[in-house]
Amino acid sequence: MLANYTLSLSIWVPILAGLLVLAAGNDSRASMTRWLALLGGIAGFLVTLPLYFQFNIAEGGFQFQEATYWIPAFQIYYHLGVDGISVPLILLTSFTTVICIIASWEVIKKSIAQYMACFLIMSGLMIGVFSALDSILYYVFWESMLIPMFLVIGKWGGQNRVYATIKFFLYTLLGSLLMLVAFIYLFHKTGSFNIVKYHDVVLPLNVQIFIFIAFFMAFAVKIPMWPLHTWLPDAHVEAPTAGSVVLAAVMLKLGGYSFLRFAMPIAPDASHYLSGYMIALSLIAILYIALVALVQKDMKKLIAYSSISHMGFVTLGFFLFSQLGLEGAIVQMISHGFISAAMFLCVGVLYDRMHSREIASYGGVANTMPVFAAFAVFFAMANSGLPGTSGFVGEFMVILASVEYDFWVAFIAATTLIFGASYTLWMVKRVFYGEAANKKVAALKDLTRREFAMLGVLAALTLGIGVYPQVITGMTQATSERFLNHMTTSKLPSVGM
Amino acid sequence: MDTIKADLLMSLPEITVLSMAMVVLIIDLFLNKKNRLVIYGLAQVTLFVAAYLVWGSHTTTVDYAYSGMFVDDPLSEILKLATLIGAAIMLVYTRHYMMLRNMFSGEYYALLLFATAGMMVMISGHNMLSIYVGLELLSLCIYAMVALDRDNPKATEAAMKYFVLGALASGMLLYGMSMIYGVTGSLDISVIAQRLHDSALINPDFVKNPVLVLGLVFIVAGLAFKFGAVPFHMWAPDVYQGSPTGITILIGSIPKFAGFAMAIRLLTTGLDALVLDWQNMLLIMAVLSIAIGNITAIAQTNLKRMLAYSTISHIGFLLLGLMSGTLNGYASSMVYVMAYVLMALAGFGVILMLSRKGFEAEQLDDLKGLNQRSPWAAFLMLITMFSMAGVPPTLGFYAKFSVLQAALQAGFVWIVVFAVLMAVVGAFYYLRIIKLMYFDEPLDDAVIDAPLDMRMVLSLNALALLGIGLMPQGLLELCGRTIYASLH
Repeated sequence: MLANYTLSLSIWVPILAGLLVLAAGNDSRASMTRWLALLGGIAGFLVTLPLYFQFNIAEGGFQFQEATYWIPAFQIYYHLGVDGISVPLILLTSFTTVICIIASWEVIKKSIAQYMACFLIMSGLMIGVFSALDSILYYVFWESMLIPMFLVIGKWGGQNRVYATIKFFLYTLLGSLLMLVAFIYLFHKTGSFNIVKYHDVVLPLNVQIFIFIAFFMAFAVKIPMWPLHTWLPDAHVEAPTAGSVVLAAVMLKLGGYSFLRFAMPIAPDASHYLSGYMIALSLIAILYIALVALVQKDMKKLIAYSSISHMGFVTLGFFLFSQLGLEGAIVQMISHGFISAAMFLCVGVLYDRMHSREIASYGGVANTMPVFAAFAVFFAMANSGLPGTSGFVGEFMVILASVEYDFWVAFIAATTLIFGASYTLWMVKRVFYGEAANKKVAALKDLTRREFAMLGVLAALTLGIGVYPQVITGMTQATSERFLNHMTTSKLPSVGM
Repeated sequence: MDTIKADLLMSLPEITVLSMAMVVLIIDLFLNKKNRLVIYGLAQVTLFVAAYLVWGSHTTTVDYAYSGMFVDDPLSEILKLATLIGAAIMLVYTRHYMMLRNMFSGEYYALLLFATAGMMVMISGHNMLSIYVGLELLSLCIYAMVALDRDNPKATEAAMKYFVLGALASGMLLYGMSMIYGVTGSLDISVIAQRLHDSALINPDFVKNPVLVLGLVFIVAGLAFKFGAVPFHMWAPDVYQGSPTGITILIGSIPKFAGFAMAIRLLTTGLDALVLDWQNMLLIMAVLSIAIGNITAIAQTNLKRMLAYSTISHIGFLLLGLMSGTLNGYASSMVYVMAYVLMALAGFGVILMLSRKGFEAEQLDDLKGLNQRSPWAAFLMLITMFSMAGVPPTLGFYAKFSVLQAALQAGFVWIVVFAVLMAVVGAFYYLRIIKLMYFDEPLDDAVIDAPLDMRMVLSLNALALLGIGLMPQGLLELCGRTIYASLH
């Protein structure tokens, strides 16, 4: 087979572009720095496209594999590969990076080069997480990614940014280090850090439960699941707009993806054993966090809580162990990537003009910014799960799957259609409708071409996936069948062994 | 006659350093203040010649000299090489600092060379006496160096404290050695190991001999003091803070190589039969060091004091590897000590760079807004801090990783989980430094001027933390191979 370096390119093109921006960019050459970053971002996006077009959708295993010895002392390989779950997420990542660079075009005025470089490097590292098939390689990407995000929130964030960014870093680090312990444990069991080998290792139930909990700590923080979510509202509120976009669109998905890659296939029996708890936690996230979102006064905080609530559907879909639920969860991940990114961009558009995130300081924005209001209302509808948008597809699939599992689970999950609509639409009403609340609102200017372009693309994608979700489900079908097949095989040591 | 010649040849690097130290002392008498750079050059040349000699005599076998007092194995060669290079890097960092503070004197370089010779003897010592002599040579030089800035009451106090406690620790070590001698009848490491082994074969209860165990306790206590492991750590913060930074960088870095060698010789080779006893002692000290080091560091406002507590926690991790009692564990400890020294040199190097005439960069606040004053210096410190916190893709991650996997392999799952939790606590104060550098406004805008050679070496040093972090195979394999070849 001919060597295929698509994945390596996807990882390293943005990282190298980031380093180049860092080396060549400068605040005194702001415009050149921005264009260079944009070119890097677009190049990074283009090199990921072959993953979509050359992907063999009939095949459920790993494709585009690359493997070379990296650290022979510990049997660690530079081993990459993708399946139907990771490809959409990689594309989401490289696409989001371009959006982020455009979104920060005029807003960021100090240390532009460092800022843009952070996003480009982060993009490469996140793609690395989605494509690593060696657990230490995965871990290195997973942790390194924290460094640029830490700097982005801490340096370009809002008032309380230092508290938020340190909280973000430490929460994530705590979980990840426990995951590292689990990796090392599995290494001593299997003599390898290969993720695929981990999937086949035989483990007694109590060990599986410990391993599952170690992974759970890492991923539940990232997704985030209630009650480990408290870092997210802080981080979102303080992060600059593009930082929030990456956090919501991609970083949260890393947690979801990792559940499918590690926690569940390595400890399938523990996953089944603990699925009741996981479903309960997901429902708490869906219902309780939606209620919390309802009372928020800060727009970004509201969207942050709505993210947690929507990610509850993802974990719910995973632990129903059905094809429909799983695919619904994956669609939900992608769709949430677009919608939450768009929502944060909308807040960013307002914030850039008014420097306030308080709902109370707005009112009647639709009078002065009609085009923007149209976009915002569209994304709000998508966020509350309007049929025809991608937000509906994922949630509906998961709810259908949960009806098969248990009526009351489905019932509680379905309440989100009411609560989601209430907190989003209520916010829209207060911000956009009525008379212009004050002079500042009355003086607002509508979208610039740059803003129109980025919101337009996101709107098209949200609508596209909503109408034709097969774009994603077609890719994931073979992989999710394989995954569920694997999940039904017990890995407990057989009696008498 | 031939054996003498062979003995002398084998210890040629030590002889070189020692004789050059005396040459430096004498030449210094005939130089006026302007020509002191000659001394600096001489010291650097000495270190490089010695390093070249060590490199040239590289073998894969274990050879003895001076009737077994002195050993030449891959472990000693690698550690000596690392010590010499570390000392050379340190000299580059401190030259400017010492010049500005009127401490750029012949004594400093002579003492440093003597201390280096002491460390080399410790590393190659294969007899309790030679190890002890090396240790004392090192310690006495450092006591004097701490007091080099004699008009500074803080430095004098630190020197006094260090001397009294250090002498006490040396006494304990010596007392423990005498007990071991009393039981085994020998001071030679191999003979002690052999006799303990033989006696244990005849009578398994032999290793429970109270004199033997008491001797071990004293030896471990003495070692722990020299390392600065909890509960023998109280000297470290005061001495780190009180010493001139140009000396703190010495105390906090290269002697850990010698300490590591001493632990390997005494515990894992000589007292191997007592592994179950010292394993427990090291375990307790490791856990306490990691916990107290990391937690106390949070409360510090003085940068050097904070780094002292950070050192204590790193020593805890180092002991975690030794404690595993396997070759894998010793190799991982060696990785850790290498990584630690590289990080400590870079960290103190940045502090030295920020100090200028009449100004000591000592407080955490002195780092505020460093990214605006000098993005490159801030970036180097950023790498160093993430490395100390053990965040990939830096070297510090692989150091922690290899120690943790060794401890996990030896079955200490909960200890590893505990160490990992404490590493999160530790990450906080490293992050705080990054916060100060990147997120805060600078308090002063003095230009950071450092000589070109220092900038270059410091950049290489910090970038090595990143570079080795991306490609750690070389270091991991080197340490693994060295330990297996020397102790197998």
